Amino acid sequence: MSDLRELYQEVILDHNKRPRNFQKLEGANRVADGYNPLCGDQIRVYLFVEDHVIKDIAFHGSGCAISKASASMMTAIVKGKTTAEAEGLFETFHKMVTADLSAAPDPLVVGKLAAFAGVREFPVRVKCATLPWHTLHAALEGKEQIASTE
Amino acid sequence: MRPVTGMAALVMLPEVSMAFDVERIREDFPVLRQQVHGRPLVYLDNAATSQKPKLVVETMEQYYLTENSNVHRGIHLLSEQATEAFEGARGKVARFLNARDAREIIFVRGATEGINLVAHSFARPLLSVGDEILISEMEHHSNIVPWQMVCEETGAVLRVAPINDDGELRLDEYARLLGPRTRLVSMTHVSNALGTINPVQQVIKLAHERGVPVLIDGAQAAPHLPVDVRALDCDFYVCSGHKLFGPTGIGIVFGKAHHLEAMPPYQGGGDMILSVTFEKTIYNEAPIKFEAGTPHIAGAIGLGSAIDYVGSIGLDRIAAYEGELLAYATDAISAIPGLRIIGTAKEKASILSFVLDDVHAHDIGTILDQEGIAIRTGHHCAQPVLKRFGVPATARASLAFYNTRDEIDALVKAIHKVTEMFG
Ligand SMILES: Cc1ncc(COP(=O)(O)O)c(C=O)c1O
Repeated sequence: MSDLRELYQEVILDHNKRPRNFQKLEGANRVADGYNPLCGDQIRVYLFVEDHVIKDIAFHGSGCAISKASASMMTAIVKGKTTAEAEGLFETFHKMVTADLSAAPDPLVVGKLAAFAGVREFPVRVKCATLPWHTLHAALEGKEQIASTE
Repeated sequence: MRPVTGMAALVMLPEVSMAFDVERIREDFPVLRQQVHGRPLVYLDNAATSQKPKLVVETMEQYYLTENSNVHRGIHLLSEQATEAFEGARGKVARFLNARDAREIIFVRGATEGINLVAHSFARPLLSVGDEILISEMEHHSNIVPWQMVCEETGAVLRVAPINDDGELRLDEYARLLGPRTRLVSMTHVSNALGTINPVQQVIKLAHERGVPVLIDGAQAAPHLPVDVRALDCDFYVCSGHKLFGPTGIGIVFGKAHHLEAMPPYQGGGDMILSVTFEKTIYNEAPIKFEAGTPHIAGAIGLGSAIDYVGSIGLDRIAAYEGELLAYATDAISAIPGLRIIGTAKEKASILSFVLDDVHAHDIGTILDQEGIAIRTGHHCAQPVLKRFGVPATARASLAFYNTRDEIDALVKAIHKVTEMFG
């Protein structure tokens, strides 16, 4: 049970239950879809980017608690950041959940995202946590195709 | 043994379970005797693959340690013995399915390859533009995609017979869809995602009345119910060894002799020929015609002993025991608030798919795993049927004859933990 609490931290359960920015975004100028073929998680990320700044962001779709909370917290943290800062966060986040401990996450940088550190003990769930970020990345790159965790 | 919890204690043990010594049977499956995350393993993912009794593992080990040789080739003793054991396994499979003749049994890698073989060698030569293949809405991807592929090649059309809200085939719609252009029906005997047992006898009869041959996908049926291909009168029947307590990499196609004789080979190579010159090659007879190359000899022999093992218990008794276990499990989990069972057919094999309000199947799977309980979560390679029920994924507990009521109680307790955590 203790391991499970590491994974399903209160903040994650909270974002799962009441996801932030969980809607379609009118006037978005970047949109991308993400899909995890293993479990069928689907997500669409909407961005409004101006002068390299993410002015607004929202997401929609269906997925497990980890992917939903990850998406919710991602939208909260990248809103107002530059696209370069958002990409940097993706990299830090990815390292954190894939147990690449060469770069211990700087609490000042990752903030609440540190709650996802427990995911690294659950290798099959890493893709759930990273799907929203892969999708954000695809949206920032303006890619047309569906982002995938594969 | 875990203590019996909740309402479980109130349920009387009916006769079959008393006669069925499940603890004794569990001793034949060493894999079940282990801890996972510090808890006793509760293996409820039998529809994905079943566990193997010692007999199967020992038979295969014995083969490799003392008999290993290629089949149908050598005149030396070991080769002769290997050939005898391999062909002996074919005979066991034939008797298991009640086929008329062992020559109606082809060894393949699994149900998937079996369906592909029939699609390639039987259906493809028959099909032209506008012809139809009829499947059901509850098929596994392996009984959808091969047909889409031959349809693409030939211009034939795939038709899909719908199911009702309980996950039962709509026989009236099925009969309506059997048309003058239907060239083949391919349908699952038991749905891996819902547990539904299809009325295959009627499915076959209705098709035959219109002269349409039928392939039955028995991947999920063979481990749970007696199968009699002669009584069914199906044209083809496929199953997978690994779901039938045998090894992976071996499967079965039953095909009526007259079909197999008329069909072109599946793959080209050694064994499937009688003579080869660069001008002309003469094919061997069925079933060897369909078994190009060195087969999975140990796999076939292992499958033969899996069939022996199942036979020693008896599929009738297995079906009766599992029926009781399923009823017990169905009652117990339906009492959990917010839980919905997907697949409530009147005729069901021991497969329980379910969803929980506001909890994704993937989260259920992770939490159950921490409790030592192995289930499958996701779309179960049957995306269309889940779409039919409006869910992207389900949690699926699939039971075998070595599962117990205690294990069902552990499952129920763990699901309660899930709802508490997400409550
Ligand atoms: C109904 C059904 N058909 C076919 C298959 C494919 O079996 P295999 O992967 O062993 O080829 C499965 C496996 O899950 C199944 O459940």
